[in-house]
Amino acid sequence: MTITRRPFETDAAAEELAFVGKSPARIDGLEKVSGAARYVDDFDFGPDLLFAEIVESPHAHALIKRIDTAKAEAVPGVVKVVTGADFPFGFGLYMKDRYVFAQHRVRFVGEQVAAVVARDEGAAKRAAKLVEVEYEVLKPVFDPVFAATDDAPLLHPDLADYPHVPWFFPHEGTNIAHWRKTRKGDVEEGFAEADLVLEDTYEVPRYAHCAIEPHVVVSLYDRAGRLTMWSASQSPYTQRHVIAEALAPLGLTHQQIRVITPYVGGGFGGKAGVSMEIMGAALATAVQGHPVKLRFSREQEFYNTYQRQGLKARIKVGVKSDGTILAVEHTMHWDAGAYVEYGANVVNAAGLSASGPYRVPNIKIDALCVYTNLPPGGPYRGFGYSEFNFGLESHMDRIARRLGMDPVAFRRKNAIVEGDTLAYGEKMNPSGLLECIDKVAAAIDWGTKETSDDRHKVVGKGFALMWKAPAMPPNASSSSFLKFNEDGSINVTVSGMELGQGYLTVMAQIVAEVLSVPPEKIRIETPDTDRNPYEWQTVASHVTWGCGQAVEAAAIEAREKIFEVVHRVHGFEEDSLFLRNEAVHCATDPDFELPLRDFVIAGLETDDGSYRGGPIVGSGMFMPEFTSARSDPETSQGGHPNVHYTVGAAGVVLEIDRQTGKMHIRKTALAVDAGKAINPDLVIGQIVGGLVQGLATVLYEDMRWGEDGRLLNPTFTDYKIPTSLDIPEEIVAIIVEVPQPDGPFGARGVGEHTMIPAAPMIANAVEDALGIRITSMPVTAEKVALSLWEGEA
Amino acid sequence: MKLPITMTVNGETWPLDVEPNDVLLDVIRTRVGAKGAKIGCERGDCGTCTVLFDGRSIRSCLMLAVEADGHEIITVEGIPENGVLSNLQDLFISHNSFQCGFCAPGIVLGAHELLRDNPNPSRHDVQHALAGNLCRCTGYEPIIDAVLAAAEEARS
Repeated sequence: MTITRRPFETDAAAEELAFVGKSPARIDGLEKVSGAARYVDDFDFGPDLLFAEIVESPHAHALIKRIDTAKAEAVPGVVKVVTGADFPFGFGLYMKDRYVFAQHRVRFVGEQVAAVVARDEGAAKRAAKLVEVEYEVLKPVFDPVFAATDDAPLLHPDLADYPHVPWFFPHEGTNIAHWRKTRKGDVEEGFAEADLVLEDTYEVPRYAHCAIEPHVVVSLYDRAGRLTMWSASQSPYTQRHVIAEALAPLGLTHQQIRVITPYVGGGFGGKAGVSMEIMGAALATAVQGHPVKLRFSREQEFYNTYQRQGLKARIKVGVKSDGTILAVEHTMHWDAGAYVEYGANVVNAAGLSASGPYRVPNIKIDALCVYTNLPPGGPYRGFGYSEFNFGLESHMDRIARRLGMDPVAFRRKNAIVEGDTLAYGEKMNPSGLLECIDKVAAAIDWGTKETSDDRHKVVGKGFALMWKAPAMPPNASSSSFLKFNEDGSINVTVSGMELGQGYLTVMAQIVAEVLSVPPEKIRIETPDTDRNPYEWQTVASHVTWGCGQAVEAAAIEAREKIFEVVHRVHGFEEDSLFLRNEAVHCATDPDFELPLRDFVIAGLETDDGSYRGGPIVGSGMFMPEFTSARSDPETSQGGHPNVHYTVGAAGVVLEIDRQTGKMHIRKTALAVDAGKAINPDLVIGQIVGGLVQGLATVLYEDMRWGEDGRLLNPTFTDYKIPTSLDIPEEIVAIIVEVPQPDGPFGARGVGEHTMIPAAPMIANAVEDALGIRITSMPVTAEKVALSLWEGEA
Repeated sequence: MKLPITMTVNGETWPLDVEPNDVLLDVIRTRVGAKGAKIGCERGDCGTCTVLFDGRSIRSCLMLAVEADGHEIITVEGIPENGVLSNLQDLFISHNSFQCGFCAPGIVLGAHELLRDNPNPSRHDVQHALAGNLCRCTGYEPIIDAVLAAAEEARS
């Protein structure tokens, strides 16, 4: 829906905003620093709580020949042992290719084959080890390029039968679950006209989200047949929907499922959609009347929740000698893992946007979502853009250097601006990309060479752009309820999740601005699908923009009711009324002031002693009605798949020890176009936190796999995420504000974007400092040192 | 075989019967009900289970409950005095030193210990003291800033 603003309000908003654009304290702060904040595992469920343990496949690819649960069932304390035979149900968000428990075949090491439910965790763990499973081991495939060929073992013979969204194009009889093709202009003509064509390949490994709170779900299928789930999730409604679809054969309906999501201890995409929670739901139905807890260990957190997908990309770019980009060809083989029900949409998003934030007349993108025998890929902050941007922004830097152009000047020359035609034919939205480039270049003193007093150390500078659009179905929607209390305070319900980004505070600021009630008097409840209205998911960096519009609409509806009742009792024209400092004022009567707390519940008394009005409530909804996922499958032309792009730039001053390869970040700067920073301090929090998370993927982290497909480093001991000692010396956070016309107060999302430019800017700084180009992530000290030695040998 | 122990948690005396292999973190959470200490990795890597044990920060996931017999435990719930947050906690709010909040209790305790022992920490001292407490959201900068601000305010 479109929100209509009164003319005077638009003017007033431009001139003076009381709460938007300020940085009030987070409304969840007191709870979180005092220990009062409750996460799923902090709730008590009483003496009849049961504990579940999963039996996992030791093989990357095998057929299940036989399962014997007798010994496990005999363990004292065991209540129930279930296998795939008990729940022969498929599920999935965008493609139903996944199973509650494995059906006849396992496709990755760690896949759930059976589960034990017991009265205590020890009994469940002991019994799980006693479930005997006989396998016929099959040949696995791990490389996505080989997996896409006809010689590879076929992982999903039933691919053609899986229901999926209409914008996926599976290739029956292959491991290609989805192939997004985007074509604009004619790349061959572009390359023919080019003065320089550069082609190379880039590799990106898999990564883990590493939210500090592991996945946990407590499910109760009560004796009245209602299923209640307390879930550490980014997606309460999507969980309810996917679980209702999958478990419909058991008689469960949306109405009979309730998902409650209290504070969540970090998500980063890993707690989006449905992963282990579907097991919790199924197990609850097997032990009716008892709540059952399924909590993943840190190891399981690494190998059996979504992972960021691996990527092998071939990039070919043609340019004129003056630096004008003529053509970009980007072929991506995505290692999507054993099941792609969510991950295929990551591939889809990349397939629409992998030409980057550039004005490119000729584009050919092929994004292949390929099944492999590794754990299911899925959403991770950046949603495909972090992955392809490593190769693309490395490549753009190399092109500029080959042309003898300054890499920043090259980017500036080709940077996409409002009105340029996107790869799929739509026009680019308003964008502050040039301002981002200039501010970052100034922040790191681009163009000035830095040195080190240590003769073993050299200093390089690196630069990278980024962009990202929310990847959402065209009907991804948000809604909100709002009610006043007797003291003029407000309760708002939404079903977006406070993942840490500060969403609740931002929603409160939007309500505050419309209703003139300060954020500290606004309480926003975390989701409960029985009570809070619908939200698609808290993903895609869309909730400030999308749910923000729903919340704004709810506040405006409440305001209309306030003005209507004041008009009825006091006679002022509604257009003359406005809110300020928690009171109704009138433009035509400066003396009139009516505090909200006097009537938002009690109503207004009239001359005869009767009352008008009643409890003021509001509701709002939002759906991006202008989008459509329908387009030509051979070109992606004709649809409107993305609502808008958020853009930005980042740069780094990197000191490298030539002897060890060890890198030290002297300074890094990131600018993002937030449209309007509703809470600037929270945007800065996203810049600093996201940049450090992005730097971790290039400097420290990667998943290592054995030849048998087993994850070798599923702990924080061996998978090194940054500690407080592993951060840049200085981070410059820059907010650019070119308003998004349809965003609340001009805002657009920034949450994921801040990690997207980190990896290529490091690789570019390494080349600047040492003249060596590393084309595979991560760019570790070891890799830098080895490259140097090879060069010297 | 249950073993009787008595420990003090946030100033309250708790006589408990525990199994010899009961982990201190689990006992604090499920028997005492202090939920500020969280389960993050169960192997001492992440620090979200941090508690003060006779005043020293420890990983309660790596200690058995029987080892706490006769000792004093402080969780984040025990940091406020007379219901008033510590200045450090207030500064965590004003600096946005947390996002999801899951690591915050452990980091508040680690920083509390640092400031008690070293009223004049350098930036590196703070980084070093908190290097065993993982935070995936903030990038640590706002945490370090808040701890340094607390030290400065305590000095002035």
